[in-house]
Amino acid sequence: MDVHHRRNQILSILAIGLGFVLLYLAQKYLTSYQVRILNNCGLFITLAVSYNLINGVTGQFSLEPNAFVAIGAYTSALLTLSPAEKAMSFIIEPIIWPLSVIQTPFIISLLAAGIVTAIFGFLMGFAVFRVRGDYLAIVTLGFGEVVRVVANNTQTITNGPLGLKALAPYTNVWWTWGLALITVFYVSRLVRTSYGMAMKAVKYDEAAAEAVGINAFRHKMLAFTSSAFFEGIGGGLLAHLITTISPTLFTFFLTFNLLIMIVVGGLGSTTGAIIAAILVTWGGEFLRFVEEPINIFFIHIPAVPGMRMVIFSLLLVLMMIFARHGIMGTREFSWNWVVDRMNGLKFLLRNRG
Amino acid sequence: MDFFAAKNLTMKFGGLVAVNDFNITLKRGEIVGLIGPNGAGKTTVFNMVAGYYEPTEGTITFSKNIINGKKANEITKLGIARTFQNIRLFTELSVIENVMIAYHCRVKSTFLGAVLRFPLYRREEKMMHEGAMNILEEVGLASLAKERSDSLPYGQQRRLEIARALATGPELLLLDEPAAGMNPQETQDLVDLVIRIRDNHGLTVFLIEHDMKFVMQICERMKVIDYGTTIAEGTPEEIQNNERVIKAYLGEA
Repeated sequence: MDVHHRRNQILSILAIGLGFVLLYLAQKYLTSYQVRILNNCGLFITLAVSYNLINGVTGQFSLEPNAFVAIGAYTSALLTLSPAEKAMSFIIEPIIWPLSVIQTPFIISLLAAGIVTAIFGFLMGFAVFRVRGDYLAIVTLGFGEVVRVVANNTQTITNGPLGLKALAPYTNVWWTWGLALITVFYVSRLVRTSYGMAMKAVKYDEAAAEAVGINAFRHKMLAFTSSAFFEGIGGGLLAHLITTISPTLFTFFLTFNLLIMIVVGGLGSTTGAIIAAILVTWGGEFLRFVEEPINIFFIHIPAVPGMRMVIFSLLLVLMMIFARHGIMGTREFSWNWVVDRMNGLKFLLRNRG
Repeated sequence: MDFFAAKNLTMKFGGLVAVNDFNITLKRGEIVGLIGPNGAGKTTVFNMVAGYYEPTEGTITFSKNIINGKKANEITKLGIARTFQNIRLFTELSVIENVMIAYHCRVKSTFLGAVLRFPLYRREEKMMHEGAMNILEEVGLASLAKERSDSLPYGQQRRLEIARALATGPELLLLDEPAAGMNPQETQDLVDLVIRIRDNHGLTVFLIEHDMKFVMQICERMKVIDYGTTIAEGTPEEIQNNERVIKAYLGEA
């Protein structure tokens, strides 16, 4: 369909290659703190892009990613811990069989995390998609809370509030950015198929979508389950990145962070979700200085923990007032656009010189 | 067996009887009109036929299937397509995407086959694109295929909505006030268009319209309802001279 299809494909492969070279250099020469931020960026790209599929592309405003990430994290962590380690951490009540004896390689545990979360998302979808709009947001928010509370109370499975500790730090930049790449590939391809168009149709006008034969429920389920799958795997990576998980990690705050990302990026735009995931993750670290004591000439500002959140909120408010469609709106990155700009630049430079 | 038949259709919303004992049969290839004053229950009839409401009583049969109680998207798949009284396009999508979407319900590829661009999906995508282009050609919008659908002028948006309905491959087309808000020239073009697509696609057309000039010109048969009850039916000439119809529209003298 696109005359530049071949050229764009080659450009994409080159860009990905370059990206991986940069990652290689980064993890070799950057400090462990900087690599940590890089890992977080990759991870949050996965989470934001997959969250955007249901919230932005399909237009179903839902607030459950913390539940999906939690399920993925616990599934994966319970599978990589050795039986001996599990016996040691479950001090209040022993872990139930068969979890007490199973141990799998990391990659299997990640796949299991994706599949278990997808199954959970699929079942949850039957319940939550009976409602729309604000009600959907409330119901999914409830599910997120339920999962956290269940994790807190099923002592024999999740070790309750004690959480799971001393997970092997398997996650590195290859895992986080590799998964980000797969997620972006899947979502951006899906959005361009007729399935993706049907999802957009459901977002713009559900009644009209049904009038052209689209089964709105099925497409919501497809978006929701896909989103759950990738968020589950992301949860598995998160668990093995920070190596300790407990229910307090998966509060609504996680969902809220992702929501900021997809709104700032532009609801429905994968490119926007990627940019915003990096901006918010990196920006969160960059803004740490505002929480330390600052001296400007004679003025002394004492340290205020939580100041970063105030700045984020302010940015969000400004965004809502001045740029309601986010950074990208519903537009996407395209090589055609880049090449056109480059040609324009060349033309400009030649005429000057 | 009739091509399409609605028997004793009744729709109650709580205590309000929106449509009462509505009966109609359509023969293949007919253009039939449904008229009546505002609030008479015309769109409610359409909503029952298209699966948006489940009738309180009565049955709807369409090519030997009983279709009441089925969902809107299933009914579309069986071959009944509709347009809406207020235009409902997918505004941020392009003109051609609006039409391509209508083929999606017949796509056989799975979502994974589509994401990985297997040969079956590539063929289907090509078919969707060509099919949509042909239909746009037919309604005269081919040159605007890449425009955003909400950038079109009103009359063309109406045409696009008809094009989108056509792309679902219907046998029965329900048009809800297709000429509303059109100027006389646009209305005349619409008459030609409806007759042309009826002939080209072997359609049966059932339409609601307030523009009497349009209705009288295009319909072979019509039905008049008021307060949910059928008050007259017959050819346009018969309806024009029917006393009850005149009363319903103009009030008692």
